[in-house]
Amino acid sequence: MNKEITVGIKEIKARKKLSDLFFENLTLVFALMIIVLVVFIIYEMFMDSKLSREIFGFGFIFSQDWNPVKDKFGALTFVYGTLISSIIALAISLPVSIGVAVYLSELAANVFKTAISFLIEILAAIPSIVYGFWGIFVLAPFMRTTVQPFLQSTLGFLPIFQGNAVGFGLLTAGIILAIMVTPIITAITRDVLKAIPTSQREAAYALGATKWEAIKMALLNAKGGILGATVLGLGRAVGETMAVTMVIGNKAQIKASLFEPSYSMASVIANEFAEASGGLHISSLIEVGLILFAVTFIINSFARLLIYSFTRKTEAK
Amino acid sequence: MEDYYLKVSKGHTDRRKLKSRLMIILCYVAAAMAILPLLYIFFYTTMQGASSLNIDFFTELPKPVGESGGGMANAILGTLILVALGSVIGIPVGIFAGIYITEYSKSIFANVIKFVTDVLSGIPSIIIGIFAYGLIVIPMKSFSAYAGGFALGVLMIPTITRITEEMLKLVPHSLREAALALGIPRWKTTLRIVLRTAQSGIITGVLLAIARAAGETAPLLFTSFGNSFWSTSLDSPMASIPVQIFNYAISPYDEWHSKAWAGAFVLISLVFIVSLIVRLATRNKFSQTA
Repeated sequence: MNKEITVGIKEIKARKKLSDLFFENLTLVFALMIIVLVVFIIYEMFMDSKLSREIFGFGFIFSQDWNPVKDKFGALTFVYGTLISSIIALAISLPVSIGVAVYLSELAANVFKTAISFLIEILAAIPSIVYGFWGIFVLAPFMRTTVQPFLQSTLGFLPIFQGNAVGFGLLTAGIILAIMVTPIITAITRDVLKAIPTSQREAAYALGATKWEAIKMALLNAKGGILGATVLGLGRAVGETMAVTMVIGNKAQIKASLFEPSYSMASVIANEFAEASGGLHISSLIEVGLILFAVTFIINSFARLLIYSFTRKTEAK
Repeated sequence: MEDYYLKVSKGHTDRRKLKSRLMIILCYVAAAMAILPLLYIFFYTTMQGASSLNIDFFTELPKPVGESGGGMANAILGTLILVALGSVIGIPVGIFAGIYITEYSKSIFANVIKFVTDVLSGIPSIIIGIFAYGLIVIPMKSFSAYAGGFALGVLMIPTITRITEEMLKLVPHSLREAALALGIPRWKTTLRIVLRTAQSGIITGVLLAIARAAGETAPLLFTSFGNSFWSTSLDSPMASIPVQIFNYAISPYDEWHSKAWAGAFVLISLVFIVSLIVRLATRNKFSQTA
């Protein structure tokens, strides 16, 4: 009798073990799919850009030529456009984002905190096509009639603010990107500030610090996390496609003026891929995509490491 | 002598207080600056879109330039189909991967998968489009709804994985322990108890991923491409709201622009409603656990 029970229990245990093992491996298979997917994306882009890589070599990144008719391709103008528009975006959105994050974590009353957090969430979820559309019909005309003439009349001696005020160009692209990355940087900075223990601020107040001095100390302690948030925002700006395509002007050139139309890596792919004729053109576009991927991969990995290490540090405290 | 020090330190304190007040005002200004464009975009799109939104928009095919009327019915249906295809891929992979990361977090894979999910979420959507193009469009020799749906599915995965992970983390450990102590196998505990507890959170996360996918344009440009006619066949090009907005937006015709505004209004409303649902659902979640 006793023996039968133990045998029965053993059987149940064995069955349990088997089904548990099955379930664990089932979830593992789905999880591994993500890894396979990412590896496969890299592999495919690498293989499909082979033609272009073999013909142009490393010169591809440093060449300004982009001429589908003559089969001459180089990515420098697109790298430039992506880089400058993203830098403009960060220069505008970083101070604003930190300000909003400070407001949300340190200053705002609860009602406003919820309302503004909600609005910023929506801002992050609006499709980029809507930003781009709005950019064409509202932001670009506003830039042409108001912002650019103003910049010219006040700071016109700088080469970056010279030339024709057409509305579509690097500066407009940078501004629309700034609007788009602000919610991302704000959300993470707010969380990072919340992770700084209140006792530190109390200690600062106890030593006679003003409100700003206490906040400044929290900001300084959070700088690793804020840097991570910024880099993450940069990654988003670099990869943004539709909104930039619609306002950057889509002209492959490198000019000192920020008013001039330009072109970005993502926009050239969006504009030319579906109509590309000839293997070399497609292959070159995919190589532009490969560069874009590599850049965003490095930026995002760096950002994640910064944020991970920051959260680990504060959790340890 | 004492007076002198007092005077100096008073001036100093005043300056610090002034600076503090100034910086805090700047923070308020920043908050206003961040909200302003949102409200502007929101109201502008609503004004432009609501006025050109009518029944025809949801029931009629696009009309050629010059003919008034017409709508985006095929694009609306197309977006529904593409998002459904994407969900078939994105939801199971996302949820199961999320389960693996939280429930088997002790394995070495869990951290790797977490990192790779972050990588995937950082890949620009246009690159996912290139990937789907190489994987599906080239072998099939045609733009197709399959390719577009696949691209959307890949884009949905990281959002769903992360939301699942976060929601499962909120489920108290005691619940798992209680189930295991009753002799329920671990897989059943996960599916019937842990997952069910986190259900509402996960569903809202999935909704959010779907709303985002519905607004994606870049990965569809050269996968599902576009179509001016009714099409429900999955191996041929298919219209979608965002691509239609893009094509209309860069056209020079006012009629098309107003159609595009109507489309943009539909997308924004979708995002707004889903975000609102997510907010309300997660708020209930927190008050329940608290």
